[in-house]
Amino acid sequence: MAGKTLYDKLWESHLVTDLDNGTSLIYIDLHYLHEVTSPQAFEGLRLAGRKPWRSQANMATPDHNVPTTTDERSRGVEGIVDPVSKIQVKFLDANCKEYDIEEFEIDDPRHGIVHVIGPEQGRTLPGMTIVCGDSHTSTHGALGSLAHGIGTSEVEHVLATQCLIQRKAKNMLVKVNGELKPGVTAKDVVLAIIGKIGTAGGTGYTIEFGGDVIRSLSLEGRMTVCNMAIEAGARAGLVAVDEKTIDYVKGRPFAPKGEAWELAATAWRDLVSDADAEFDAVVELDGSEIVPQVSWGTSPEMVAPVTGSIPDPADAPSEARRTNYQQALKYMGLKAGTRIQDIRLDRVFIGSCTNSRIEDLRAAAAVVKGRKVAANIREALVVPGSGVVKAQAEREGLDKVFIEAGLQWREPGCSMCLAMNADQLGEGEHCASTSNRNFEGRQGFGGRTHLVSPAMAAAAAVFGHFVDVREVELN
Amino acid sequence: MKKFEREKGLVLPLDRANVDTDYIIPKQFLKSIKRTGFGKNLFDEARYLDKGQPDQDCSGRPLNPDFVMNQPRYKGVSILLARENFGCGSSREHAPWALDDYGFRCVIAPSYADIFFNNCVKNGILLIVLDEKTVDELFRETEANPGYTLDVDLQSQTITKPDGSTISFEVEPSRKHILLNGLDDIGLTLQHARKISSFEAGWKEKSPWLFAGN
Ligand code: SF4
Repeated sequence: MAGKTLYDKLWESHLVTDLDNGTSLIYIDLHYLHEVTSPQAFEGLRLAGRKPWRSQANMATPDHNVPTTTDERSRGVEGIVDPVSKIQVKFLDANCKEYDIEEFEIDDPRHGIVHVIGPEQGRTLPGMTIVCGDSHTSTHGALGSLAHGIGTSEVEHVLATQCLIQRKAKNMLVKVNGELKPGVTAKDVVLAIIGKIGTAGGTGYTIEFGGDVIRSLSLEGRMTVCNMAIEAGARAGLVAVDEKTIDYVKGRPFAPKGEAWELAATAWRDLVSDADAEFDAVVELDGSEIVPQVSWGTSPEMVAPVTGSIPDPADAPSEARRTNYQQALKYMGLKAGTRIQDIRLDRVFIGSCTNSRIEDLRAAAAVVKGRKVAANIREALVVPGSGVVKAQAEREGLDKVFIEAGLQWREPGCSMCLAMNADQLGEGEHCASTSNRNFEGRQGFGGRTHLVSPAMAAAAAVFGHFVDVREVELN
Repeated sequence: MKKFEREKGLVLPLDRANVDTDYIIPKQFLKSIKRTGFGKNLFDEARYLDKGQPDQDCSGRPLNPDFVMNQPRYKGVSILLARENFGCGSSREHAPWALDDYGFRCVIAPSYADIFFNNCVKNGILLIVLDEKTVDELFRETEANPGYTLDVDLQSQTITKPDGSTISFEVEPSRKHILLNGLDDIGLTLQHARKISSFEAGWKEKSPWLFAGN
């Protein structure tokens, strides 16, 4: 019999029971909550007279709606100017109090984007099942945990039962071989993967990312890759546990200590796919061929190397794709054949659960150091993923590097990744963004997003257009 | 939960692949703490020419004449005909809430995103998968014939066209059962409470660090 994949192992260890209709009850170890997708779930719980099954298995933080200016943030919840956003954040606070759920409130120094603070605090541990009413929950798979997004009805279901009704997904292995060239990052790797398999390529699968390139990435880089598994259509992305994973978790505030640590670390070392495991699909990429990527359209699969041009819809592989490309170019105000480096830019956003961790900020700061934001860039925002990242960056003086170069240094939150707060693109504006979605209107009504790595976004800020960051000298 | 048994209604052809949940319901409307009232903002950015705000009265907003849903012949639609990978993107259940609130009871497309699929079942919306050729044909027929209706019957798993011909479709037996009966799946899961507790006890013994502080 063939061996087991990591996904098989995680599934089996959390299987409560198979139901007679092809679905299964899966036990959930950890449930993250935020203000946008939870209020209706708490309301449902209340209406049905139910209680959380295990309050301690939940952790909450408001991140999607919160303002990022220091002025607003210095006054906590009351500082939120938008009254509708304020209500939502207050609702989360009240629900967490009522149901005894731990929350990092808006003014907690540990506050931040839920997918950044979970791993950072050691709440996310290898081998767990983790869900959250947010599709980028896939991020946590970088630590060898089975993590995926759920809808609000499922949020309520997990609160009430600590379980989820699931159908087992198929196994896909995405293997990135070889070695990355200097200046090429985890973000470029995942954009290249999505460019190759498409936004629906992983639908119905759990993707395990493997190969030498993935092994060589830091945990933060692996989080960037798993974060965008959902952009490839897979609910969950995984990276097998290795010593790097265990070192990353060690000593974090919520990580097990002492004897429990030894026990846990031993168990985690088994969280790898067996050598003879069989995958339903295998995709291989040569890491040494990956060039910094830039998205030109309105779907994350519409990417091109920074050295390339916008493709011609006439060359699209199918009729539906052709229409799709044409619609995208129309929205983006771009023409086929335009060189990526000639796209005019108006704004830059460095942040989001894809790229707002300390390594991302270091990479961006290294590029802007000793340079100034180009005259045509109206605004360049740097939004750290958490209070902890912000404090660390300030200890390293990165905030000063950004400010001196003319970028804005903000308070943590989702910010312009989805533009639910005041951080938004204007109509028709082009933005180099380190976030994960370039959908129509995602970063603001009529806004045009180009997905890139932090170093590429930083270079775009100082040069005013996309440049191949591999050729930028660091000061 | 809402039931789905049968729906006979007008069809809206939305000719666009990879329709994402931001397109279905833009984020500013996610600030609501309610489950209802999202219908007027369904496809907001494509449907209106201005930028919509939460809690705004939409009756006076300028409509985009090029958006298919704004054509008078599609007033009162309840079946949505769509292209591949419908509902990709975020996990927001506001997307099915908006479809439901507008009056859509059923979607027909070649494929859907996973999370969206689940979210629809939880809201009594039937998602039908048909091959691209059949979907193409339905697009052509809908566009060519004002007043084109389909009759979708979940029990028999058939779609009847205006000319009386039928198309059959697949549906997972469990989803069919839940939809036909409008079951509350939290209640169903809680029938397994003893199994959940005993799993939990065993799991705690094996992985005590996951239960620290409990
Ligand atoms: S940063 Fe963006 S993608 Fe991540 S959780 Fe926030 S809104 Fe979602």
